[in-house]
Amino acid sequence: MSTATYPADLQPLPEPLAEGNDEQFLEISMGPQHPSTHGVFRMNVVLDGEHVVRLKPVFGYLHRNHEKIAENETYLGSMPYTDRLDYICSITNNWGYALAVEKLAGIQVPERAEYLRIITGELTRLQNHASLIGFLLQDMGSSGTPLMYAFTQREKVLDLFEALTGSRMMCNYMRFGGCRVDLPAGWLDQAQKVVQEFPRFLDEYEQLLVSNEILMERTQGIGVLSHQLAIDAGISGPMARASGVNYDIRKVDSYGLYSRFSFRVPLGDHGDVYDRYMMRFLEMRESVKILNEAMRTLPGGPIVDPKMKIRGFRPKPGEAYGRIESPKGELGFYLISDGSPNPYRYRVRPPSLVNLTVLEDLCLGRNVADVVAILGSIDIVLGEVDR
Amino acid sequence: MDEKLKTELSKQGIFATSLQELYNWGRRSSIWPLNFGLACCAIEMIATTMARYDLARFGAEVFRPSPRQADLMIVAGTVTKKMAPQVVRLYNQMPEPKYVISMGACAISGGPFKQGYNVLKGIDRYIPVDVYIPGCPPRPEALIDAFMLLQKKIDEQHLTGADRPRFLNADQPSEFVVPRFGAHDLEPPQNPAIWKAPLVQITQADTDEPRNS
Amino acid sequence: MNLETVKSELEALVPGCRLEVVVNPSPSGQHSLLVDAEHAFAVAESLRNAPSLRFDYCSNVTGIDWPAKEVSAKVKVRKIVDGAEQEVEEVQKTTIPGTLEVVYHLFSVEQRTGPLPLRMRTTDRDSGVHLPSLTPVWRSAEFQEREIFDLFGVVFDGHPDLRRILMWDGFEDHPMRRDYVDPDDYEYEPTAHDQVLARASQHLTQAGGQ
Repeated sequence: MSTATYPADLQPLPEPLAEGNDEQFLEISMGPQHPSTHGVFRMNVVLDGEHVVRLKPVFGYLHRNHEKIAENETYLGSMPYTDRLDYICSITNNWGYALAVEKLAGIQVPERAEYLRIITGELTRLQNHASLIGFLLQDMGSSGTPLMYAFTQREKVLDLFEALTGSRMMCNYMRFGGCRVDLPAGWLDQAQKVVQEFPRFLDEYEQLLVSNEILMERTQGIGVLSHQLAIDAGISGPMARASGVNYDIRKVDSYGLYSRFSFRVPLGDHGDVYDRYMMRFLEMRESVKILNEAMRTLPGGPIVDPKMKIRGFRPKPGEAYGRIESPKGELGFYLISDGSPNPYRYRVRPPSLVNLTVLEDLCLGRNVADVVAILGSIDIVLGEVDR
Repeated sequence: MDEKLKTELSKQGIFATSLQELYNWGRRSSIWPLNFGLACCAIEMIATTMARYDLARFGAEVFRPSPRQADLMIVAGTVTKKMAPQVVRLYNQMPEPKYVISMGACAISGGPFKQGYNVLKGIDRYIPVDVYIPGCPPRPEALIDAFMLLQKKIDEQHLTGADRPRFLNADQPSEFVVPRFGAHDLEPPQNPAIWKAPLVQITQADTDEPRNS
Repeated sequence: MNLETVKSELEALVPGCRLEVVVNPSPSGQHSLLVDAEHAFAVAESLRNAPSLRFDYCSNVTGIDWPAKEVSAKVKVRKIVDGAEQEVEEVQKTTIPGTLEVVYHLFSVEQRTGPLPLRMRTTDRDSGVHLPSLTPVWRSAEFQEREIFDLFGVVFDGHPDLRRILMWDGFEDHPMRRDYVDPDDYEYEPTAHDQVLARASQHLTQAGGQ
């Protein structure tokens, strides 16, 4: 039984899949190994010719038992594992976890650390959105060249991360009460240079998207997500805002010091694949604004709470739910402490898994080629979906 | 043949080589990997193929999505027990000669997720691996180094004799047992023909003396 | 958002429901509402539809395993000792029965409020593991309830498609439970101790090693 409803304005509804009626339908399994680079994700698709009649996603191919392992680790010991959740944006994962633990134990974060978090977090957002658009164009058949342009920018940001944290991808940068390490000499100038060049790259890249007729044909009007369904299905992040839901956790919760920075929240009108892609461009421009301001006004001071002792860290019994606006959506961590050094229950609220709730709704009646574009626009990372 | 004589002749435009050298040179310069990324290491693998650390100059021109057209399977990322049968099936579908690079700590031995109930503790439990790359994730340069190591390994393969590689030896298998989903674990939990648990002396934690001294 | 006002409003909207405020002692101050399984669906619908509440966005669904716990307490009991009735201190052991808990974190997109954690508990951990599914109220619970069914074993009545999501279909255990024992994959541990040493030694003697 399915919760999705077949859209009335599309092709006539095919015969129900009753007993003996299956011969005209073809059931294929897209994945878990397929050229789309989203990872080991499988979709059992039932097709009537080229049109999707039913789509059931199958998860679990990357279920790495993160939550169970965290019950045996200390709080700080789980921090490197959070890097590997959404492995493209490791710093925002760290931030979400640090925020949840700070809520649980009542730890304050000094000002400079908040600014550093915002700077690295927005840099992560930049490189995530750039890679995503590259992956979209790659999935739609452009054989690698737009992806190479996106990855050039990504490499610049990864160089910054490597200079700061020692690792390109698994940065492990946040600590409870601040950040792990302060900026090395010359990092801020280098970062400002990278961010200043970014708008030029965005203009170049946007031309590929906006004036490309094939892309517009393939993305406009496809995979329309309505405002009501977006809220009901718990969709968050750029996908929800493309459907007009005005909910950006940076504005709603005002965590960190985001309230000091002026940035707009772009909203989409149609909620189709094209809107979801334009959302990423607009968000990248807003991120550039935040970055310029933050780097210009970076204060001095300690980078970690001086009162915070990590040795023998045992938060009082209780629970806390902390969430941030990660590049994919609402990333939340729910922690239950029983007074011991290990969490009693450690739960990750993955934005990618919840965003996939509507995959079937968006794909019904569409072609197989559209399924690839729709899946790309949802922006999933399997490390997060399966944990 | 004498190396100096070879270089002298090559200066005159005459190339002297053996069939083995020529055969191996052709094969190692055109290894086509299978498009097979599982987790985080896959992103580093993609970064290796991008413009900065170009893998195409080593012969890996295209990543083939179909196993029938690929020579090399770079297992990049954690292999879970749910995915393991698919990995072995894909390996079986690849035509000989085929190679496996186990990229990242997870593919070597389970990596940081070794305690997991759904994590396969290393892909070498079911398929033979040629090169292991440690790292979490290994840098793109490490992947390129592994690729070059594989190329060296192929260069040194003999075409005849007892130590010839698997694909020239009719007695050795080229397809391996695909594990099935059991009630609690994969069945079999490992392939005993390929992987034997390392027998080591286990020491006590509080002393350095071996237990059965 | 005051939890007491929410509680009294719900009690007015859904007569007969048993709500309890579970105080959260941590500095986060996120107190939760415990609802009984019978009226949970009606309470959820009221939370979503009531114009003053409008909790239309269910963000997170979590499963928690609380195994049975033995609590011993010193109790003063009147007993006959040496022919005379005296008050004697005795250690009494009581067992708090185990339960599986499901927590829903609710937010309101319209009114920008939240989080409101809503809790439900099962009767026990063996056969009484049925709870009403809140997927018809908030569609975001669909995959997350399937995950709780897979990893904890809570059966959600009324879920449109309840089957395993992360483990394979033939898998028989519920791995996130506290009493789950994972399969014995032989692992090489150079400085083994306690249970790992015991397990590994078994393999060594079987394989005829040193």
